[in-house]
Amino acid sequence: MSEALRGVVVSHSAVAQALVSAVAAITGIEGALVPVSNEGCDNDALGERLLQAVGPRPAVLFVDLPGGSCLTNSIRYAKQHADIAVVTGVNLAMLLDFVFHRDLAPADAARRAVDSGAKAIRVTAA
Amino acid sequence: MSIALYRIDDRLIHGQVVVGWGQPLDCTFIVLVDDEVRSSDWEQDLYRMGVPPSIEIIFASVDEAAERLPAWEADARVGILLVPDIDTAAALAGRSDRVKRLNVGGIHHRAGRTERLRFVYLSDDERAKLRQLAAAGVEVTAQDVPTARAVPLAEFA
Repeated sequence: MSEALRGVVVSHSAVAQALVSAVAAITGIEGALVPVSNEGCDNDALGERLLQAVGPRPAVLFVDLPGGSCLTNSIRYAKQHADIAVVTGVNLAMLLDFVFHRDLAPADAARRAVDSGAKAIRVTAA
Repeated sequence: MSIALYRIDDRLIHGQVVVGWGQPLDCTFIVLVDDEVRSSDWEQDLYRMGVPPSIEIIFASVDEAAERLPAWEADARVGILLVPDIDTAAALAGRSDRVKRLNVGGIHHRAGRTERLRFVYLSDDERAKLRQLAAAGVEVTAQDVPTARAVPLAEFA
């Protein structure tokens, strides 16, 4: 990859902004992730927000839920643009891993994100 | 129980519909009335992804919906009927006298529309069409989620 991947976090309300802020606070890395909220958007408006957020770069779209307007519009966007992968169930752990591994192809980065995000979900001892 | 909710929502199937309304209504089928989606297998696959397996999705054109509404109304299950815009709602109400009430659940900002409620933006033409529906006997209210107040048409259009 000649250009580092961009991560776009797509969510309801302010979840995306909060996750992006948390990643920057923990890692000090700015600009690797862009938040997109569906607040106040119909499908066309959310598509336009995605277009502005992704720009002319390969990207992984990290969506909050495995359904709903954030997902349907992210998949619609990926269908219409090259080098875009979509991951659902975004969490902080997968984003922290992603910002340090942006030299991968979008599909590979997406698989890696799913692995790292899933490993962070566990029941801990009391 | 039949169709418990006739809803105008420009996002169609999304969280407020599936979770916000679907859970308390115990909805087990959603009718999505949209000529464009009805003619696109790919768009239908996209909307199916947003719904748990326990909920059936039925895609219908306006003409098909008008024809099948009596059967859906007689269904023992609880259903939600979605249309993407006021024109589709008016077209369906014009073809079927089964549409007695309309929930305006989400019409977002676009050029030419002004804010009427936080989740409802309308052009003058759209306001007039909603008033025409009400004059024809359809109860029109705006309510994004079940826990919110159902706002009467006179307060937003």
